[in-house]
Formats: sequence, C-alpha cells, structure tokens
Amino acid sequence: MNVLLYLVPLALMLGLTGLIAFLWTLKSGQYDDLDGAALRILPDDDIGRTNENA
Amino acid sequence: MGKIVDFSTFVERKTNGTAHMTLAVEGVGCAGCIRKIESGLAKLPGIVDARLNFTQRRLAVDWRDDEIDAARIVKELEQIGYRAHPFAPERAEADETRQAKWLLKCLAVAGFAAMNVMLLSVSVWSGNVSDMTPETRDLFHWLSALIALPAAAYAGQPFFHSALRALRARHTNMDVPISIGVVLALGLSVYETAAQAEHVYFDSAIMLLFFLLCGRYLEQAMWRKTRLFATNLASYKAEFAHRLDGKGELTRVPVAALQPGDDVLVRPGEVIPADGTIVNGASEIDESLVTGETMPRGVASGTRVYAGSINVSGALTLRVSAAGSGTLVDEIERLLQKATEAKSRTVRLADRAARLYAPVVHATAALTAIGWLIAGASLHDSIVTAIAVLIITCPCALALAIPVVQVVAAGQLFRSSVILNSGDAIERLAEVDTVIFDKTGTLTLPDPAVDAASIDPAMLERAARLALSSHHPLAVALARRARERAPYPGAVEEPGQGVSAVIDGQPARLGSASFCQTVDATTHASDASFIFFACGGETVRIPIRQSLRPDAVAVTQALAARGLDLIILSGDRPEAVGPVASRLGIGQWRASLTPAEKIAVIERLKSQSRRVLMVGDGLNDAPALAAADVSLSPITAAHLTQAHADAVFLGDRLAPALRAVAVARRARSLMKQNLTLAVIYNALAVPIAIAGLVTPLIAAVAMSGSSILVTLNALRARLPMRGEQFSELPAPAMAVPLVEPEAKMRGLVAPTAVELVS
Repeated sequence: MNVLLYLVPLALMLGLTGLIAFLWTLKSGQYDDLDGAALRILPDDDIGRTNENA
Repeated sequence: MGKIVDFSTFVERKTNGTAHMTLAVEGVGCAGCIRKIESGLAKLPGIVDARLNFTQRRLAVDWRDDEIDAARIVKELEQIGYRAHPFAPERAEADETRQAKWLLKCLAVAGFAAMNVMLLSVSVWSGNVSDMTPETRDLFHWLSALIALPAAAYAGQPFFHSALRALRARHTNMDVPISIGVVLALGLSVYETAAQAEHVYFDSAIMLLFFLLCGRYLEQAMWRKTRLFATNLASYKAEFAHRLDGKGELTRVPVAALQPGDDVLVRPGEVIPADGTIVNGASEIDESLVTGETMPRGVASGTRVYAGSINVSGALTLRVSAAGSGTLVDEIERLLQKATEAKSRTVRLADRAARLYAPVVHATAALTAIGWLIAGASLHDSIVTAIAVLIITCPCALALAIPVVQVVAAGQLFRSSVILNSGDAIERLAEVDTVIFDKTGTLTLPDPAVDAASIDPAMLERAARLALSSHHPLAVALARRARERAPYPGAVEEPGQGVSAVIDGQPARLGSASFCQTVDATTHASDASFIFFACGGETVRIPIRQSLRPDAVAVTQALAARGLDLIILSGDRPEAVGPVASRLGIGQWRASLTPAEKIAVIERLKSQSRRVLMVGDGLNDAPALAAADVSLSPITAAHLTQAHADAVFLGDRLAPALRAVAVARRARSLMKQNLTLAVIYNALAVPIAIAGLVTPLIAAVAMSGSSILVTLNALRARLPMRGEQFSELPAPAMAVPLVEPEAKMRGLVAPTAVELVS
C-alpha cells in the first residue's frame, strides 16, 4: 500500500490545481459576460489583419 | 431643444485625466452589435476603451477627458443605431456582485472538497467490507479531515454568518440547524478519527454544504438577473429636463441630475420631471399618473406640481423642490410608512418551517441521548447516536425545498414579462383571493387613444397628419393614427390653441372648439376628451379616451373564473370609472377615492381575512400597493409606486397579472409538496438514526437522495401549465429573455428617428 503515500497526495494536488485555476478565472472576470463570450468568437474580421486590438 | 447635454453626474473622473461611464444600451441582440458598437466607438478620437457586456446589455467606456465628452459618445452610439442611457450603478448592485462571487468561490471550494473526500470515503466503505487495514483507514480519515475542516470553515461561512445574525437578533432561521449539524458532524468525526473508530461523517458535512451552496447561489443569481434587468429598464425610462441657468440659457440634463432650487422649463406635451412649484407661466396639466384623474387641471404661478404629470397647453417654468415635501407626497409618505410596517409582520413559509423544525430536531436528538443512557448504553455511544440523528435530519432537503421552487418560478415569471422585486412575493401571490385594480394606466393603457368609430376616415387621416405638428398630448394621441408620417408643410402651432395649415388649398384647423370656431357641446359627464378639426367648412369632434388594455376583458374574466373577487378602486371620476367596470363585468367599483380611502378599503378586506392583490400604477396607489398583501404595477408606473410593488410587469397586455397568479399558485403547491417530501424523508430516516443504525454510507445516500428528489420536483414548475385560460392567452415567448422585454418596452415609448430608420 506504499503506493498510496504518493498517489493520494498527487490526486489531491491535481484537484487543487483545478480549484486554483477556477478561482483565477473567477477573479479575472471570465464569468462576467458569458453570453458575450460565446458571440465574440463569431466575427472573423481579425483574419488577414496583424495583431490589432479591435 | 436645448443643444447642450450635461451628463456629468454619470461620469466618473480618474486622476490620470481619463473618465469612465457605464451606459445601458437598447436593442443589442446579436454578435454583430458587439463589433459595431465597440469598433464604432474605437474610431472616435480620445476613446481609451469601450467594452460591451452582452449579458448585461451594458457598455463601459473610458475616454481622455480633454479630447471627447460624454454627450458626443451617446450621440455617436445613436448614429450607429443604438440608444444608450448613461446611469450610475447603484451601490447595492456592486455589493450583490461581490456577494455572488463570494458564493461562487465557496461553492468551488465545497465542490472540490466534496469530490476528494468522497473519493476517500468510497475507498473506506469498500475497504471496510474487504481487506483494508485499520492503519490505511485511519490515514484516509486523517486525509479527509485535512481536506474537510479548512473547506468547511471557508465554504460554510454564508451559513455561519447568517445563523449568528439570526441568533443575535434572538430568533432562528434554517441556517441555525444547518450550522449546528455541520459543526457537530465535523467535531464528532475528528473525535472518532482520533479514537481510530470505523465511522466518520466528513463526507456528509461537506456534501451538505455543497448542495446548499448550489441552491443559495442559484437563488442569488436569479435575483441579481432580475434586478439588473429592472435597473436597465429604469434607465431607459430616465428622462431629460431643460434646466435654466441664471443667464436664461437652457441645458438638457438628465432628471437624476436636478437639484432642489433649479429652474426647469417644461414645454407643452412634456412630462414634469420633478416635484416643484411653478414660478412662471400658466397651463393645464394632466395628473392621471399622480391622482388617477383623467381631466386636466389648470395651474398657474405658485401651484405645486408633481413629477409624472404631463404639461398640456402652455410653457411652464418650475422651481424644483426636494422630493417628498409637498402636501400630497407628504400624505402618501406617511401612509406608506404605516402600511410598510404592517406588512413586515407576515412570515415566510421557509422561516415558519425553520421555527417549527429546529426545536423538534434538537429535542429529538436530546431525547435520543437520554433514552440510550437510560437503556444502559455508554455516554460515548449515546452522544454518537444523538449526533447521528442531527446529521441525518440536517435540513438539506428542507433548505432546498423552497428556494429551488422560487428560482424556477421567478425565472418563469421573468419569461412572461413579470419582474419580481421581492423574494417572498410568490408565496403571497399564491394566497390571493381578492384582486383590486386601479383604473387609469392599469386597466387602461397609459396613453389615450382616438375613438374613431363615428369619424370619416379621410377626415381622420387629415386631422391625424395635421396633429403631427403639435406637442399637445391629445394631438400626440391623434397623430399616432396618421398613416402618412410627414407633417403638412407650413403648419403653425399656436400654443394653447391648436395647429393650422393649408390642406389641398383649404384652410384647416385642429385644436380647441373656439380655435375651430365651433361650439363645444361637451358635457362633463363624458369619459372622453375632445379635439376639434375644421377643414373645408366641415367640423368634426374627435373623442380621445383612455382605452382598455387589449386583453383586459379576457384577463379579468379568467381571474374571476379562478375564483378571485375583482374590485376597481380609482381616483378618477365616477363617470369615467363606471363604463370601464361595466365593460369588464366587474360589479364592485368605487371612484373618486383618496389614497387614504383606498387603504381603508384594503384594510377592511384584510380584516375579513381576505388576501388582497393590488394592481396599480399611480403615485396615489403607492400606499395601497404597500398596504395590500401583495402588489403588481405596470412598468409605466410612477417611480415611487414601482419601488413599493412586489412585482412589475411589462408590455401593453394585462395577461402577466393572470400569469403571475397562476405561476405563483403552482409554485406554492410545489413548495408544499417539497416540504411534505422532506418531512416523509425525515419520518423514515429518523427512526433508523435513533436506533443507532446510521452508517456514513446511509447518511450520504439518504441526504443526497432527498436533495435530488426535492430539486427534481421543483423543476416540474418548468413544465407547460395545464389550464384552458392559457390557450386563449398565450404567454409571450421569450427566446432571448433580455431582448424581448426591451422590444416591448420600446413599444411603449414613441419610436425615435433612429428606430424608424433602422
């Protein structure tokens, strides 16, 4: 059962990473405009343009 | 029009020379809108950032103050094709957003902990029946404690805070037994882990928190969404006033920016923007939104007037006074205060359940411990069994039973254009047995319409087209009939008299009887106002009256069919109220009532243990709305009135009132079913717990099972409703909930040039 000694902490670390990632997305306001985010990917006016902040 | 618009009250200036403003934007409905608005603004010089929040229909703009101003930005948006209304977000809204983020964080932590603790618990449960060594089991228990204790300390805060608040105020709510249950379950588990025992309850405690946080977050999100939408609507309605400065120059300012002592010019046809005293000019004003009276009243210098009245004939200069200082408003404020105090006595269903629940559960647990002690069990075993009773009865299902139904029902009402202001309105709506309607603006449409029955259509068209050149409210009503939208060239308006023009070579006049050189045969017993039109030697009298909402008859009949008593209480004259009542088939009506008399009627009904729903829109209805058990008002209502209504409905139709009652009744029956389910669950689980047979596995299955059952039952509120009334009155479907009411909202206000073009 010695395998548990590193597998369980590893599993917990993975879960914790997910939690921290979620809290980061929340903090950076990624859930403030869910409907808008879905629509913003549709216009393709950035094709053929160099990295311009529209 | 005053050419300068001053938005400075809405602009937030920063130290680095940039300014920020939030605008509610109308008519945003697709991906293209985002790009059009954002790139359209980005082209302007001086714009630092423009970002549209599509979910909220709000635009945040930052700009450099010395290069561009707020008015230019609003104008540019109008040119792109969107009406935008600046507003100052309320403090309460910022608090709610913070609260929502906090709840979501708690939910995330509880979710993470619940998954990982469950991972360990399932291993222990299966290990207990196979070959797990006690050492491994203890390791897993300690790991569970390591995850569950900090997670519960963080994610349980919403419940602990609320429970502490309730206890400090010396009453109890549902969060008290929840907090006690969670704390005891964790405490017992730590103790048992240290004693190397077989059963711990970390998973139950943390899963309980997770389920409850789901319910709480959904509930909060629903209210936040409706409130946000209501704030947007309010800002669409925000009006402008023409402020006169010392030099006699006019500035267009938002009404919110008016200060007491400001002088404001109100032209014929405009709405009086604020309470105040007339300092110059004489006119007639239509106070139907204030008192319900449809006949205009003559006013002159020195008269007090109230916001929401419409100036009919002459230009007025008004000195703004502090809100609520007039005699009528004072009286209304006083009545309101009394009525609101009386209302706070009603107790919500959930709180009633909590009051009954906590003592029963805690007494059962205590009796269990005592019973086992008497039966000869050890102190340790007795206490463990008692705590198991508390854990199994922890009101997971009970705490979800009501909020989940409320969230689903509020969402349904939202889709039927009813916006709830208060959380327990659904419960109170369901109990209603008497509906009181105000007449003006509630049963009737807020804007008067032409009664064209007896008029030659050609004459009417000419009169309507001529009316396009006038600002008089009656002319505005008439002008809506015009098919040809271009005004006659050369039409001249004589203030307070009428308009004249030459039509097809013949002189034509539209206005008062004397202006058209005819005799006014109107008797005051009529419920209509008249406008006269003379053309080519012929004179017609055009009646303009408040018309009923299109579905008023069907809705009142449907309400009566559901066993509700209908009453009309109006501030208008009996001659105006009688015909409406008879058309709707409502036998009980009273006219010429003051706000105090309306309250008296409601109080009398309440003393006969009637449950009263008041539907009204006028300022004079505000106290009655507060006094009634529950209240509804149309979106066109006066501000103060809307603030005291439990729900606001949109659109020209009365159907939302019926729908509100129907949805609320079903919601209440679902709430009761859910409470019954929770009670049945407890009746089955408690004996097992008292007998000392509850293992952590049984606790986990029972708790999640009952929560899921209750939630599924609540979701039945989403099923289409049975009931023949709804086949006649289809609820307006709303594919994109935020767009549809906006469209309806715009249907209520006159279309602007921008909309006619776009």
